[in-house]
Amino acid sequence: MLEIKDLKVKLEEEDKQILKGVDLKIEPGTVHAIMGPNGSGKSTLSYVLSGRDGYEVTGGTAALEGADLLDMEPEDRAAAGLFLAFQYPVEIPGVGNMTFLRTAVNAQRKARGEEELSAGDFLKIVREKAKSLQIDADMLKRPVNVGFSGGEKKRNEILQMAMLEPKMCILDETDSGLDVDAMKLVSEGVNALRSEGRSFLVITHYQRLLDHIKPDVVHIMADGKIVKSGGPELALEVENNGYADILAEVA
Amino acid sequence: MALAQMKLDATEARLAGVTLPDGAVWARDARAAALERVRQMGLPTKRDEYWRYTDPSSLTAAEAPTAALLENDEGPLFEDVDRVRIVFVDGVFDPAASDDLSTEGVEIERLADAMQVDIHWAKDIYGVLEARGQKPVERPLAALNTALATDGVVIRATGKVSKPINFIYLHNDVASDAVLHNVVKVEADAEITLLETGPAAARFSKQLEVELGEGAVFNHVRAQGRDHERRAVTHCFARIAENSSFKSFTLTFNGVLTRNECVLEIVGDNAVAHVAGACVGDGKDFHHDDTVFVTHDAVNCESRQVFKKVLRNGATGVFQGKILVKEGAQKTDGYQISQSLLLDDDSQFLAKPELEIYADDVACSHGSTSGAIDETALFYLRSRGVSMTDARNLLTLSFLAEALEEIADEALAEELRDRLERWLARHS
Ligand SMILES: Nc1ncnc2c1ncn2[C@@H]1O[C@H](COP(=O)(O)OP(=O)(O)O)[C@@H](O)[C@H]1O
Ligand SMILES: [Mg+2]
Repeated sequence: MLEIKDLKVKLEEEDKQILKGVDLKIEPGTVHAIMGPNGSGKSTLSYVLSGRDGYEVTGGTAALEGADLLDMEPEDRAAAGLFLAFQYPVEIPGVGNMTFLRTAVNAQRKARGEEELSAGDFLKIVREKAKSLQIDADMLKRPVNVGFSGGEKKRNEILQMAMLEPKMCILDETDSGLDVDAMKLVSEGVNALRSEGRSFLVITHYQRLLDHIKPDVVHIMADGKIVKSGGPELALEVENNGYADILAEVA
Repeated sequence: MALAQMKLDATEARLAGVTLPDGAVWARDARAAALERVRQMGLPTKRDEYWRYTDPSSLTAAEAPTAALLENDEGPLFEDVDRVRIVFVDGVFDPAASDDLSTEGVEIERLADAMQVDIHWAKDIYGVLEARGQKPVERPLAALNTALATDGVVIRATGKVSKPINFIYLHNDVASDAVLHNVVKVEADAEITLLETGPAAARFSKQLEVELGEGAVFNHVRAQGRDHERRAVTHCFARIAENSSFKSFTLTFNGVLTRNECVLEIVGDNAVAHVAGACVGDGKDFHHDDTVFVTHDAVNCESRQVFKKVLRNGATGVFQGKILVKEGAQKTDGYQISQSLLLDDDSQFLAKPELEIYADDVACSHGSTSGAIDETALFYLRSRGVSMTDARNLLTLSFLAEALEEIADEALAEELRDRLERWLARHS
């Protein structure tokens, strides 16, 4: 599904190397987790994959189902099936959440040569998916993320993911700022989307999210590289001992 | 001194040979007095403080510069609105194209006809509100309009007017130079909605004087059109009485030069005065100026000024807005915001927001900002699959939304929003 080879990235404006050769291969239908200390480059990886400005790729490749991601505009990556649930979802005053969702869904359908959803069909689907995430009509009407609590913003990200039905979902610290109940809702939302053709890359600091969303593979990222990969037990090790032991071991 | 004298000499030269339209004594007097005001003040030049950001020379020149007609497939606005259409072609009333003017709750007459009548209610408004509005800031082009206006209508609303009155300004002649003057009197507790649409002329001078009685309601929605090369200077003078409500919104597309002055005087307690505008401009030759002056001279009144401008490819936007709260105008709630969205580095927004307050128990606020598209929001939208162009246009529309929300009638607002959307699509 997603294949990253020796990806090196620096900041565009500064001479600062952030990713120093990342290798990652995610098979269809699998869930991978990335853990790692703050500042190790996890968010940068997710932004570079989704096409945010401000970064310069200095080496390596990233491909989604064989197609070179790094060459595409952000909207084309989305249409190709990539989705990023933001660590800090963006507020857009003046754009209604519903308008935003419909514009996004129809833009992707159009890019893929599919018919746009009718207003009625769209409404039906949104309502149903919103309900399971406990997103009420008011939240759908309000401007995108404006005045939403931390948890509401994260649930809104999952709603977008559910509506867009991407193939490759990257979740950047979707668990941060969530209480236990919200975490459960979000995890259920994610698990409902798990399928043979869909893969997940879950970035998190905590084992507790991975209790709900069970990963197939866990990676540890440090200083711009993936330094160790293993099974779910690796996450438990981090939970119990922190990163120090692992980092010492690979140093 | 020498400069001032040069200005007056230039004004005399410009006015030489001008003849005022004929009419009843009061009408002739009003025009003559207005012409005298012009002579005293002199026509504006770009050296004037009030014209620092906008060059008036093409507005004061003897000859109007020509303006080509824009060809696109946008039809007329508000076609589905049940309304009374009053059509002017290049500034001349066209009875054949207009609807029957008899409508419930309102009397409508052509200005020229009203001005023939010896005793007419318009006598107390025509040129009167304009003259009051000359202080503390001089507006010579408004006085010139009062002196020379060749056409227009006078409207008196006596009850709740059953449908909106729509002034439709068609522009067919590339060299037309139109001077229109409209007068609206809304009697106590009466209610009227006025729509104005169309580019009007190559050069257009237009004035609207509005007198509100106690408890009167005046809603005004204007779409200032569309021909790229047209020029316009418009004035609105309103006197706002106790418990009455004045709301005006203007959307401007295109235009080499637009100067919209709105001068509101709140003279009765518990009144409301809102004036708002949105404009979209593309190109170095787009220049749009909103100049607003709101005077609070009564207790417990609310005023709002909400202006938003989207500028691209070297376009210029100007805002000069003032709230004056006179002594004794306690419990005034005054709000003013002017914002521009600059879509590139070549475009500019020049703003002069002012507050002048002589009462102590008031809540007034103003703000002015100028900014680019929010790159983070743009990326967020694109990461969801929305194209760069659509994302920009969506964010641009959302920037304008606060101004459009000032339109009370949702159907009218929706139609203007659609127009804007299509304008943005054509210009991206
Ligand atoms: N746009 C940016 N400007 C400056 N520094 C940045 C920027 N993006 C990332 N960084 C730096 O790159 C490093 C990695 O950041 P990030 O990818 O956010 O890490 P993580 O998500 O693992 O906490 C940090 O040192 C961070 O300060
Ligand atoms: Mg991060």
